[in-house]
Amino acid sequence: MASEKAEIDALKKECDGLRTQIEAARKAVNDGSMTGASGGVASVGRVQLKLRKTLKGHLAKIYAMHWATDSKQMVSASQDGKLLVWDTHTGNKLVAVPLKSAWVMSVAFAPSGNLVASGGLDNICTVYNIKAASPKTLRELDAHTGYLSCCRFLSDSEILTASGDTTCCLWDLETGKQKVVFTNHIGDCMSLALSPDMNTFISGACDSLAKLWDVRDGTCKQTFSGHTSDINAIAFFHSGNAIITGSDDCACKMYDLRSDQEVINYQDTSLNAGVTSLALSSSGRLIFAGYDDFNCHIWDSLKGEKVGVLSGHDNRVSCTGVPEDGLGVCTGSWDSFLKLWN
Amino acid sequence: MTINTLAKEGWHREQMACFRKMEKVIVAMQDPDMGIKMRNQRLLITVIPHAMTGHDIITWLIQKYCICEEEALHVGGMLVRYGYIYPLKEPRSLVLKPDESPYRFQTPYFWTSTRWPASELDYAIYLAKKNIRKQGELMEYEKERYSLLHKRINHTWDFVVMQAREQLRASKQRRKADRIVLECQEQAYWLINRPQPGSQNVLDMGLERPNNFSMRAALNSDYYKGEIEVCRRALGRNRVKSSICLEGFLKYTEQYQNHDPIMQGCLPSNPWISDDTAHWTMNTETVPTPTRLRVERWSFSFMELLNDSMGKKEFMTYLEKEFSAENLCFWQACEDIRHGESSKIIEKVEEVYKNFLAPGAARWVNIDSKTMDKTLSGIKHPHRFVMDDAQMHIYFLMKKDSYPRYLKSDLYKNMLAKAIVPQETKKSVFPFMRRQRHSSPSPAQAVTQTTEVDGRAKAAGQAGTNSAAGTNA
Repeated sequence: MASEKAEIDALKKECDGLRTQIEAARKAVNDGSMTGASGGVASVGRVQLKLRKTLKGHLAKIYAMHWATDSKQMVSASQDGKLLVWDTHTGNKLVAVPLKSAWVMSVAFAPSGNLVASGGLDNICTVYNIKAASPKTLRELDAHTGYLSCCRFLSDSEILTASGDTTCCLWDLETGKQKVVFTNHIGDCMSLALSPDMNTFISGACDSLAKLWDVRDGTCKQTFSGHTSDINAIAFFHSGNAIITGSDDCACKMYDLRSDQEVINYQDTSLNAGVTSLALSSSGRLIFAGYDDFNCHIWDSLKGEKVGVLSGHDNRVSCTGVPEDGLGVCTGSWDSFLKLWN
Repeated sequence: MTINTLAKEGWHREQMACFRKMEKVIVAMQDPDMGIKMRNQRLLITVIPHAMTGHDIITWLIQKYCICEEEALHVGGMLVRYGYIYPLKEPRSLVLKPDESPYRFQTPYFWTSTRWPASELDYAIYLAKKNIRKQGELMEYEKERYSLLHKRINHTWDFVVMQAREQLRASKQRRKADRIVLECQEQAYWLINRPQPGSQNVLDMGLERPNNFSMRAALNSDYYKGEIEVCRRALGRNRVKSSICLEGFLKYTEQYQNHDPIMQGCLPSNPWISDDTAHWTMNTETVPTPTRLRVERWSFSFMELLNDSMGKKEFMTYLEKEFSAENLCFWQACEDIRHGESSKIIEKVEEVYKNFLAPGAARWVNIDSKTMDKTLSGIKHPHRFVMDDAQMHIYFLMKKDSYPRYLKSDLYKNMLAKAIVPQETKKSVFPFMRRQRHSSPSPAQAVTQTTEVDGRAKAAGQAGTNSAAGTNA
């Protein structure tokens, strides 16, 4: 027993030593701050977006939403046990998918628009074909030992999932089997995002770390620390060179992938509620972050200032999304409504 | 008054910021001068002092905050749902009725934020009191909870019963009116903090996330060995200077600013606002003439060009002129293998080898010998990523060589010249409105507009808000 403990202690010491060296290497390349660099950039002023549409139809809390790549359709998941596919322009519900388990936590639209996936406390990621006459269950991906917190399609053949069992997983939809399992987090994985080139993805977890993974070989390439609580939301900056995270510690952070460190912290003393979700405008200049205080606050990503707020929900904003064409932002809330703003 | 949870390092995070805001409204409502005028309400034969009607509440909200009736009903409804005001008739229905129904303010002692979290012991005492006071007064779900509590805190049950009896005895010595008020207040508190199953729980903090702790990653030697591996690799990583990276972000956001509809509006108009779908029609995958912004984006990065099917086709045309179209075809075929069906991988790899890699192949691609050898040996055991190295090589070849020349070519320049810049559609709803540069009031523009036009813009903006509210009822 004692020798085991001694071995673990020695390993831990080596590990800590390496981490210190990594910190030193990061510091060595840190020759400028974002706030300094963005000093010369024009301010965006006060960003006032108007509510354009409210989508009503869900009967209970909305937990997740995801835009289709055509920027018109959108899928949302609610605790009432339904997935609704909306035509956001007309406000019509195109497809209603009844779920086996009402405890859904995540939903995703395939880039092709043919499939949607959802999952939650049932630990299963279910993929549905919504182009059939009535929504058909295509696959039930069942191998996680914890709840499904997030899922994202790479194509009609592959899907990534993040789970409360601390792992992320790449599945082959043809066989329904796991292809790669990404293990390194020591807390529940809460969200994931795919890089624009789909070679890598990032995950945020309850261990307050964000990790960058290589899709092909399953290895963790980079780890980012700094948050002091669960990371609930994560997204790539559109250039693919940075990631944005949102956490229960009420802050959002941007980490640069090339210099391997945090570049800016988005925090305000008046904001004392956790971040639940986030999305970026097409240029990446604006960050829309949904908070527990029923609002979605807007940040200037370069200057780190709060520049606006989307108020109108009666309960926590649980999900946020900007479509590919960037025409506006959609917020979904526990008050059962989805709102479109721009 | 805030609901706090002690996060790590003892720092408080506010859970229900709405409480603080609602309490401000409630305090204002009870202001002796500017608040709601109280009166006595009759409840059966008893007179309840300091009560008000639903109508009073709504009228006060409308006046104080200059809002419409719908909004006042909404806000007032929230105050009732969160327990700051409770109904005297039908106490279980936490709804604000805009009529003569009587309501009363909850005493701060029973505000959810004052007694947070609601204690199990207090709930047990409350249920015990109800049970003792009148047999059969407990509802079905209350009976269930009562027996559950009895099991769970059995060790303090004597205390519970004793407290219940004491409180009942004390209340008997009060005036009937006061006693009824106290009972109503207590009942209202518990309706919020221990709601009936099936009714909306405003204090719901989320799905209970059952964690399988036995499967949790144990911090044992295997874990640390793995961590050390990861750290070693991470340490060896090439890191770019921050200043260069930050410049990159600034450039990117600047370059894409005109292409960001939220920041700069979009032409001819934003379909979300104007309900005119022309913008989408003009930007569909295949159009006879693309928009200028779209063609401009092709010059931002090679990836932008390839991601746009029209851009890709144009590039293919250019490459055909240069007799190097096989590069793009090869790249596309590799993408197909990477993202296509697993069952077709083997046959696709075969095809690619036959067409692009085999000696004397019809569309042979020029890859360096090292990569070629690696790929050829990989093909013996084909998998999804077997073509990655070769694909990467060809990608960079095109990016460094063909792509920049394409951007300088007449083909691209002509495309750019004949690309459409859509005319901004005038907002037909308000023809008298001043014609704006962008159809949606550009948030970035708002700052740079001169003060001279500010007044007019503001007035236009006001009208815009009203119209938006009207059309989106």
